Amino acid sequence: MGSPEPLKKDPVTSTPPATGTETTTPRIGVFVCHCGSNIAGVVDCPRVTEVASKMPGVVVARDNKYTCSDLGQDEIVKAIVEAKVDRVVIASCSPRMHEPTFRACIQRAGLNPYVLHMVNIREQCSWVHNQEKQRATEKAIDLVRMGVSKAARLIPLEAREVPVEPKALIVGGGVAGIQAALDLGNMGFKVYLVESKPSIGGVMAQLDKTFPTGDCAICILAPKMVELARHPNVTLLSYSEVEEVKGYIGNYEVKVRRKSRYVHEDKCVGCGVCAEVCPVKVDNEFDMGFGKRKAIYVPFPQAVPLKYTIDKENCLHFKTGKCLLCVKECTNKAIDHKMEDEVLDLKVGTIIVATGFQTYVPMKKGVYKYWEYENVITALELERLLNASGPTGGHLIRPSDQKTPRRVAFIQCVGSRNKKIDRNYCSRVCCMYAIKNAQIIKEHEPGTEIAVYYNDIRAFGKGFEELYHRVREEFGVEFIRGRPAKLSENRETKSIMIRAEETLMSKITEREFDLIVLSVGLLPSEGSKRIGKTLGLSLSSDGFFAEAHPKLRPVDTATDGVFLAGCAQSPKDIPDSVAQAKAAASSAAAIMFSGKVKIEPLTVEVDESLCVGCGLCVEQCPYGAPELIQNEEGRTRARIIEALCHGCGTCAASCPQNAITAKQFTDEQICSELTAALSQNGQAKTAGKKAEEGV
Amino acid sequence: MSTHAKKDQGPEEEALYEPRIVAFCCNWCSYAGADLAGTTRIQYPPNVRIVRVMCSGRVDPAFVLKAFELGADGVLVAGCHPADCHYINGNEKAAMRGDFLSSFLEDAGIESQRFRIEWIAGSEGQKFAKVVKDMVSELQRLGPIYAEEG
Repeated sequence: MGSPEPLKKDPVTSTPPATGTETTTPRIGVFVCHCGSNIAGVVDCPRVTEVASKMPGVVVARDNKYTCSDLGQDEIVKAIVEAKVDRVVIASCSPRMHEPTFRACIQRAGLNPYVLHMVNIREQCSWVHNQEKQRATEKAIDLVRMGVSKAARLIPLEAREVPVEPKALIVGGGVAGIQAALDLGNMGFKVYLVESKPSIGGVMAQLDKTFPTGDCAICILAPKMVELARHPNVTLLSYSEVEEVKGYIGNYEVKVRRKSRYVHEDKCVGCGVCAEVCPVKVDNEFDMGFGKRKAIYVPFPQAVPLKYTIDKENCLHFKTGKCLLCVKECTNKAIDHKMEDEVLDLKVGTIIVATGFQTYVPMKKGVYKYWEYENVITALELERLLNASGPTGGHLIRPSDQKTPRRVAFIQCVGSRNKKIDRNYCSRVCCMYAIKNAQIIKEHEPGTEIAVYYNDIRAFGKGFEELYHRVREEFGVEFIRGRPAKLSENRETKSIMIRAEETLMSKITEREFDLIVLSVGLLPSEGSKRIGKTLGLSLSSDGFFAEAHPKLRPVDTATDGVFLAGCAQSPKDIPDSVAQAKAAASSAAAIMFSGKVKIEPLTVEVDESLCVGCGLCVEQCPYGAPELIQNEEGRTRARIIEALCHGCGTCAASCPQNAITAKQFTDEQICSELTAALSQNGQAKTAGKKAEEGV
Repeated sequence: MSTHAKKDQGPEEEALYEPRIVAFCCNWCSYAGADLAGTTRIQYPPNVRIVRVMCSGRVDPAFVLKAFELGADGVLVAGCHPADCHYINGNEKAAMRGDFLSSFLEDAGIESQRFRIEWIAGSEGQKFAKVVKDMVSELQRLGPIYAEEG
C-alpha cells in the first residue's frame, strides 16, 4: 500500500462536483487512527484500513497509532505528497475535537483545508460499542465508506478573512466580569461592562470573609470595583441589560438597554440626602431581606457606581403622583421621575459571558422547613448577619428573638448532590464556606456549640484541608456525617430539633439547635438564560453554560468569539473565577490583537439558473441572508448576502428548485453518505417494490 | 461477559433482526450529545450510522425519503431542544418538515415508527443512547422495511 501507483480502482460512480474546477477523478487518502487502544482496543483498525484501501477513489490507506501526534501528522503529509492525494479522510475522534488540527495538517501538505472529512470512529463507535468488537469494526468500515464517498465530492473552499473590532463586551459585573474587564482594559482594548443590577460587585460583595484565608470580601473587591469605574478604557453600563446580539466573531452588534434609574448618573454625586428624606422603607435585597433600604437607594455603601436608583415599584411618587421629597432635597437636580430607558448600539469583536450564579432557594415543602421556621436561614443570609456592614453590624442573631444563638447547626448539600430535585452536581463552595463561617462564629462567640451535618467534606483547594483541620481541632467544631431526616420546631423557644442518622456512629440522634444554616448550592443565574439564547450558547446538563471542550477549551464556547468566565460556566470559588476571567480575557485579546479572523466558509450559494425567485429561502432564513433581486434579464432571483449567512442550510432544505447549495453539506454529498451507509458490502441494496410505489 | 461473547460469535441464538438506522444529527447539540455518549462510555447498539449536518433544519425531507428508498429501516432526525437552536429556529423548521414527513410516510405505507424526530442536547449523551436503543427494539419488532426479494 501507499506506493503512488496510478489509480486502478473504479472511479466514483456519480458525477464529480458541478463547479467545474475539479474534473479529474479524486485521489483519496484514508488515515485510520488507533488512538492507542481507545479505538484499536475495540475496532480492528488494520482491517478497516485494508477495506478502505479498496474503496473507490482511494489511492492510499494507512493506519497509525496516534494520528494527531507529530509523527502521525508527518506521515499524513508525506503520504499526501507521495500519492498525490487531493481528498483526505481521517478516521479517528470527533471532528468537534480535532478537525482544526487536521485541517492545518493537510494544509501543510499543500491541500485546501476543506478537502478533509473526519470519520468519527471513537466517540461514536469504539467507545460506545466496546463489547461488540466485530460489529463495531463493521460499523467503522461503513462510516469510513460514508466518509470516502463524501470526500470524493468535497470542494475546496476559501475562508473569508474579516477585520476584528478591537472592543469587548463583558456581560456581568461580578468578580469574574470585573477582572476580565480590567485585564482587557489594561491591554488597551475598549471594554463595555454590562451589569443588570444598580452596582457591580456581584455575590462576592455580599460575602463577609473569604475562605481559606479569611480576607474580608469587600475589602479586596472594592478597590477593583473603583479601579474599573475609573479605568479610561472601560465603559461601565450598570443597571443595564443586553437585549440583542447579532453578527459573528470580530463583528458583533449589540443592543444594550440602559434601564432608567430616574436619577441622572452624570449629576448624582452619591451624597445620599435623597435617601435620608425618602419616606418609603422596604426590605434590602442586598441584605437578603434582613435590613431595610429606601425607595431611592444604593444597595450597599461601597456600591460602584455610587449613584442612587429609584425603585419604581415602591416609590411613592410613582404610586400616588405625590411626594417628590427627594427632588426637593437634591441640590444637583439629578432626580428625574420622567427619565426613560435608553438603548445603546455597540459594536464589539469579542464577548465574555460572566453572568454568575444565584443560590438555591430551598423547597417550600422540603424537610428543612426554610419557609416555616424562622430560625432556619440560608448561608447567604448568614453572610449578611456576620458582615460588619450588614443589618446587625456583624453581630450574629437569630431571626425569631434577635438573640445570639448558643447552638448552631449547618446542613450541607442543600440543593446540591440531590437526585430527587435533579441537582446532581456538587456546588464546590459550600463545604468551605460552612467551615469558614463556623470559624467566624467561633471567633465572635467562642462558647457557641457548632455542628456541621455533612455527606462528604470536600476540602480540595489550596489551604482548604488545613482550614478544615484547624476549625475541627482548634475551634472544636463538630462534624457529623449524615443528612438530617427531619427538623421540628419547639413552639415556645423556636429552637429546632434535628433528627439524623449519624452514619459514622450507626445511630440515630436528635439534637436541638437555636439556629440552622442551610448550605445552599449554586444555580445558574436567572438572567443567564436570555443572554444564552441570544448568543446561541448551549448548556451542560447542570444548566450552566457549556464550554467548547471540558479540558482543553474550558473558557471557549461553541460560538466563536464568545467566552465564559466565572460561575456562568459552573460553580467555582473566587480564585477559580478570577483565574478563568483572566483566561477568558487573554483568549479574547488574542483575537483582538491579531486584528483579523478567518470565518468558516460554510455558507450557501444560489444557482441563479435554477432559482425561480419564489422567496421561500427569504422566509426561512432567521438572519436575513437571502434577498430577492432583479437580475440583468429583469427576473426575480434570490441572492445570498454572504456576511449574514451562518451556514445552517435551512434554506437549502426548503428550496423547491434545489437551487441552493450548502457548502460542505451539499445534497449530493449528503446523499452519497446515505448511499454508502446503506450499501451492503459496498453494493447498494435495491429498494423493493414498496419504495417505488411510495416514494 | 458471556452474553457479550455470544453476541459476537453465535448468530444461531441471536435470531433478532438487526435494523439499519440513519441518524441526521445537528453539529451543535445532537452530534455533541452522541459524542458525549462516547466520552462517558454509554453503550448502545451499533445499528446507527450518523450523518452530521450543521442544523436539523438542513435535513431536506428528500434525504429521509432517500434513506428509506435505499433500505434504511429507520431514520432519526435529531436537533437542539426547542428554543435552544444554534441557528435561532432551524429546529422548528425541522419539526414542521417532520410533521409533514410523518403523515406522508403513513400514506406511502411506511410505518410511522420508522421515522423519529428527537431533541437531544449536547449534554444528553444518555438520551442519545436511549433513543437509539428504543429505535432498535422498535424496529426489531417491525422487521425489515422491505420484505426480502425472491
